[in-house]
Amino acid sequence: MSALLRVENLTKHFPGGRTGFFGKRDVIQAVDGVTFEISQGEALGLVGESGCGKSTTGRLITRLLEPMSGSVVFDGEDISHISQGQMRPIRSGLQMIFQDPYASLNPRHTVGTIVATPLHINKISPPEGMKKHVQELLEIVGLNPEHYNRYPHEFSGGQRQRIGIARALALRPKMIVADEPVSALDVSIQAQIINLLQDLQKDFGLSFLFIAHDLAVVRHFAQRIAVMYLGNLVEIADRDTLYATPRHPYTKALLSAVPTADPDAAGARERIRLTGDVPNPINPPSGCRFRTRCWKAQEICSTTPQLLQIGSSSVACHFPE
Amino acid sequence: MGKKSNAMDPTADFSDHSIANLETKGLSQGQIVRRRFIRHRAAVGSLFLLGSIIIFVFSALNLHILFFHYHGWWKYSTTDLPELMYKNCPNDSIGCPTLDVIPKFIDGTGVGLGAHPFGQDDIGRDYFALVMRGAQRSILVMFIIGIIAAVIGTVIGAIAGFFRGWVDAVLMRFTDFIITIPSIIIGSVIGFHFGNLGVMFLAFYLGMFSWTGLSRLVRGEFLSLREREFVDAARVAGASNRRIIFKHILPNAVGVIIVSVTLLMSGAILLETALSYLGFGVIPPDVSLGLLISQYQDAFTTRPWLFWYPGIFIIIIALCVNFIGDGLRDAFDPRQRARLTKRMRTRKVPLENQGAKSE
Repeated sequence: MSALLRVENLTKHFPGGRTGFFGKRDVIQAVDGVTFEISQGEALGLVGESGCGKSTTGRLITRLLEPMSGSVVFDGEDISHISQGQMRPIRSGLQMIFQDPYASLNPRHTVGTIVATPLHINKISPPEGMKKHVQELLEIVGLNPEHYNRYPHEFSGGQRQRIGIARALALRPKMIVADEPVSALDVSIQAQIINLLQDLQKDFGLSFLFIAHDLAVVRHFAQRIAVMYLGNLVEIADRDTLYATPRHPYTKALLSAVPTADPDAAGARERIRLTGDVPNPINPPSGCRFRTRCWKAQEICSTTPQLLQIGSSSVACHFPE
Repeated sequence: MGKKSNAMDPTADFSDHSIANLETKGLSQGQIVRRRFIRHRAAVGSLFLLGSIIIFVFSALNLHILFFHYHGWWKYSTTDLPELMYKNCPNDSIGCPTLDVIPKFIDGTGVGLGAHPFGQDDIGRDYFALVMRGAQRSILVMFIIGIIAAVIGTVIGAIAGFFRGWVDAVLMRFTDFIITIPSIIIGSVIGFHFGNLGVMFLAFYLGMFSWTGLSRLVRGEFLSLREREFVDAARVAGASNRRIIFKHILPNAVGVIIVSVTLLMSGAILLETALSYLGFGVIPPDVSLGLLISQYQDAFTTRPWLFWYPGIFIIIIALCVNFIGDGLRDAFDPRQRARLTKRMRTRKVPLENQGAKSE
């Protein structure tokens, strides 16, 4: 299996505020040494709590941000430091779906203009005519083609997200980075959108980086799942392996927090309550970043654990299960 | 239900509804904006009124532009000195207006212009001619200041807001520097040295110093808009900075720009008035509305027409500009239709054609 996207040691630090007037500028370590691969036609779920660097990772991959160090190799080409101009031809293979369907569509443009924008920019003129082509795209994502001349404010959240998906599909990409595509939607609409994305994945052989904080959604959608904590990747494994045998303590705690519909099973299950807050990314703990909240923490945890293959999953922990 | 009321009243609310339907038919952005503007009654009325005033005012007197000579339809010019009228004036004042709009059958003297419809000034010059010349000057000043300030303010604000960093810092410190110099003082200095170069030069220079507020507003708007996800979406699609600025950010900032430019334009008339009052603006024998008002403000109690006629022109011009700006802002904003749709519902217009939310 050849990797379509290979991310290696990806790091991004943001400048923070100064401590005092003459103080040094703080550094927010949003993403610190993240490594993973996504192969053709595969959906990788990226989960973690708020502020752990999931979205930043997505934006680094689509080069909305430039990584500080590390590399992003997409389709055999290193795109981590190339200019926006060099990036342009590559973008048609790597599209993005955004979190907020209310902010991600330009309120001044009609649906037709929005969906056709990527084609206009890349100077692609479909043989059947632009309007026809865009209307086909709208049909693919389950919208009425007659909505071509309507404005985004006339649509509901779910419909808007479908417009966003149509826009991402316009260039027939190989891979889509979906940055929490359903977290702003109703639960009933979430299912529709997830199913739509799944159908598209099958029909077009798309790869997905699916960023989410909802474990149930990720479980439904992704074949492999990566767990992030405070800018680090702590565990990456197949969906079934991860849910059956979580190896990293954080993954375990995360999974134990998912509510179950069966009250008997819920009572029998061990609920791990983490103590304390997520440490500040300006000054994260040395070594394993999870050690301040981990019940297994020992002295060795002050050294950085490497992501190691154990069974069929990779874990960055000194005491994996 | 929709079909029934449609059948009963096929002409129900023709204007709003037909536009809603035309938008789904696929008009260009320009056509839609034009149609929405036309629907804004106050704005269309103001545009018509301002247009008429401009034609009326500029055709009244002789015009000499390079080799082009136009003979005005009004019998006096600003330099003519007809005999000063003092008969039949109230309170023994002189040069009272002969304009009469009360017809004979309501106890008036009959509708007519008379010799001097707006009266005469101290030395007998025809006040109608003076007001016409003054209005010409004021309109010219207003447009020149408005256009120059709009262009400079938008460009500087957009560059600063979009590129941020040191570009923003340099441009905004420059803007702060201009803000700290009151334009009334700049105008005074320029008027004192170059007043003889004419009103166009004055307006040009005032425009060069009155873009600061606009550039601040545009910068703020750009700073907030560039962080919106639709800009990221355009970037992911491969859009260049130029495309993002002109196609994605600027159209969303148009409302702010238009409103502040119209305020700026009506403010420009007042700025010119203030400068003329101080003696640094339009210099006699040239005339502007502000100059007329300030010259005759002490005559307000005895000969109020000397104050009212130029005053009315200032108010009408400024109001028209503001209403037009209001209409333009609404026309550029596609969300305005949401409000209309609500109104359509209360008028029981068939809902079936509104479509979009029917999933």
